[in-house]
Amino acid sequence: MDLLLDGFATALSPTNLLFAVLGVLLGTAVGVLPGIGPAMTVALLLPVTYSVPAESALIMFAGIYYGGMYGGSTTSILLNTPGESSSVITALEGNKMAKTGRAAQALATAAIGSFVAGTIGTVLLILLAPTVGPLVVTLGAPSYFAIMLLALVSVTVVLGSSKLRGFIALFLGLAIGLVGMSSGQPRMTFGFAELSDGIEIVVVAVAIFALGEALWVAAHLRRTPLEIIPVGRPWMSRSDWSRSWKPWLRGTALGFPFGALPAGGAELPTFLSYVTERRLSKHPEEFGKGAIEGVAGPEAANNASAAGTLLPMLALGLPTTATAAVILVAFESYGLQPGPQFMTQNEQLVWALLASLFVANTLLLVLNLPLAPVWAKLLRIPRPYLYAGILFFATLGAYSASTSPFDLGLLLVLGVLGFAMRRFAIPVLPLIIGVILGPRLEEELSEALDISRGDYSTLWGEPAAIICYLVMTLIVASLVAARIRSLRRAPRTSDTEKDEVHT
Amino acid sequence: MSITLNPRRTRPTRRGLRKVLVTISVVSLATLTACGVTSDGGDAGGDLSDQRLRMMIPNAAGGGYDLTGRAAVKVMEDENLADRFEVSNVEGASGTVAMQRLLNEEGSDDLLMTMGLGVIGAVYTNQSDATVDKAIPIARLIEEQEAILVPADSPFTTVNDFVEAWKADPDKLIIGGGSAPGGPDHLFPMQLADAVGVTPSDVAYVEYDGGGPLTTALLGSKIDVGMSGLGEFAGQIEDGSLRVLAVSGAERLDTADAPTLTEEGIDLVFTNWRGVLAPPGIDDATVDAYIAAFEEMHDTQAWKDVLEENGWSDNFATGDEFDEFLTEQNDRVRTTLTDLGLA
Repeated sequence: MDLLLDGFATALSPTNLLFAVLGVLLGTAVGVLPGIGPAMTVALLLPVTYSVPAESALIMFAGIYYGGMYGGSTTSILLNTPGESSSVITALEGNKMAKTGRAAQALATAAIGSFVAGTIGTVLLILLAPTVGPLVVTLGAPSYFAIMLLALVSVTVVLGSSKLRGFIALFLGLAIGLVGMSSGQPRMTFGFAELSDGIEIVVVAVAIFALGEALWVAAHLRRTPLEIIPVGRPWMSRSDWSRSWKPWLRGTALGFPFGALPAGGAELPTFLSYVTERRLSKHPEEFGKGAIEGVAGPEAANNASAAGTLLPMLALGLPTTATAAVILVAFESYGLQPGPQFMTQNEQLVWALLASLFVANTLLLVLNLPLAPVWAKLLRIPRPYLYAGILFFATLGAYSASTSPFDLGLLLVLGVLGFAMRRFAIPVLPLIIGVILGPRLEEELSEALDISRGDYSTLWGEPAAIICYLVMTLIVASLVAARIRSLRRAPRTSDTEKDEVHT
Repeated sequence: MSITLNPRRTRPTRRGLRKVLVTISVVSLATLTACGVTSDGGDAGGDLSDQRLRMMIPNAAGGGYDLTGRAAVKVMEDENLADRFEVSNVEGASGTVAMQRLLNEEGSDDLLMTMGLGVIGAVYTNQSDATVDKAIPIARLIEEQEAILVPADSPFTTVNDFVEAWKADPDKLIIGGGSAPGGPDHLFPMQLADAVGVTPSDVAYVEYDGGGPLTTALLGSKIDVGMSGLGEFAGQIEDGSLRVLAVSGAERLDTADAPTLTEEGIDLVFTNWRGVLAPPGIDDATVDAYIAAFEEMHDTQAWKDVLEENGWSDNFATGDEFDEFLTEQNDRVRTTLTDLGLA
């Protein structure tokens, strides 16, 4: 405890506080821009490690990391343009909320959820880092493959009313995920070297969400009367609070372990949190139309995963995300060697860093909560200008990621796909999930089989994997059972359901 | 690190600068052709001191090429060997995209690109015709040795233990590396296999996305042996959770208590090097000016500090020496990858 207080003393010194403010501001800014992420920002700021003391630089980098996780949600909600891959899911409900005049509430639940999750995550990090650290390496590719498969099974919940359209979207997503190098050979790259690293999730999401919608609105601009986005209340109501707090906690519970797992990441827990909330919600009919739970959960999940990421980094010197990897480089440029002994050898620095995470979280809340109603007014800009702005923003983001005109072309092609999907009422969520899960699933499978030299029994060779398969069996069995029951009880209703789908 | 005063702070306005720049470059080119190349330069500090240049980095910010390229650029700016560099990261296909862009800018006399062994291999695995031998070699800057790593509880204590087991049954030993096929961590085990008499196509190589995931796999004993640069493993080596069986360079490293391959009777020297290329079609005077500037940079204390801080070994070469080296490496990588059916 004394150590933590010392840490706070270091983190709250005027200079370090200034670096923390600078960090969260920068982080929020780069989180907002699609294409520029916290990893790249920290990398570009690495030279400051030559002239700034270690504490200050690391505090700033932590601020950028948390800020980036938060900033990505703002544009997701307001402009349907996710800034980071971890806030793609936020756009689904968040933007719908914004369109019904509830942007301020969506932003607020995202800000408070991030704060709650970040704080709980940091506490967990302090408690668990020394003991749990060594355990995270015991999970191997077979376990991760099973976890991804479990995630894919839960997709069935979100396929939408028409299973056929849902599967079309899912397979489109999986097909996009196939693009790239595989075992040292280009696959579906059509001779473009630019495609050999695969297509970025952010580019796909921005194209399908923002560009597709802009085209759709443009196509209907003359025919539909201009609907004015209502200006809602500026703050969260009591029912918003009561609907948000559980998703925050559940999102945290999902996000932290995934962040701490070396191959976990931030996208998967946001998506699992969304699915969980959709299933548990008392207002399932609101999902797809702007359910606050669908913003609160995923936003908590991505911040909790950011905190989780620091666990293997501090305990084992293992970077599990690009940002953590670059922060490690910064550690090394100070001659600090993260690893099992790092926490005991550099107690003061570690606790200052942990304390600064609390500070960064609080700063983010203080900076962003009052801004939520201000940002929400952005949506009162007349539609043609608003969408022009969105297009500008989306293209800028896609271009800045690699300053390559190729990505602009890619963005347009995928934007046309997004337009076509709206035209034929194909849901976008299964596509995004396919893009996220497909490559990960393949990567883990091929790693597992490479190691076992093609022996498939390796796939159920780890305890975690077996648990996942059992859960999957339970899910499938309960779905089948529910289906049989509903068929028996009310054969008529299911007939009418089918009719509705086909009309 | 000392703070260098910026002598350019007093320079005239931008438009004025352009005029000055043109004049100076004309004058300096004239001087160059008049007196030939003087590699020892003089106190003016090379012929690029008033030129604005571009440095292309073929991978993401924070990666190996990025650290090397930006460090070189910083030293050259601080020491007034070049006016200003605009650094850009051109990511994609492990460097192939950047390599294509370099070749497309034929004749651009303000462009340089940081590259290394990995880019040579990536060009082949991506089936691109933007091979490195089409560009103009400027300088080889640094090298990093590869290391053979095992988890603490591995049965192997020397590299020959490992080689014996490997020869007996290559299929049983899983080798992990932090790069895709064609990258240094993949080329090293393949050339090592060739050197000890294991057929490279029999090697059970598992690719990891960089040092982090590779460390995870090693610490969890998911794989038997890891092959990678040492930089990312220092913490684990220090506390004994990973052991180094051998390093791949010509000489031992200070950072690891391990023999070289040649000491252990294996005839292979392999290093992951990085250097700088220029686009084709630029005139000899520009090439000579670049080389002179890099030679001066190499002589500075600041560059020696950079090498020290990053744990890089000095392996400087320019001109014909680097040219021959590049050709040899290109052929060697092509042969290795062609034998594996990857090029």
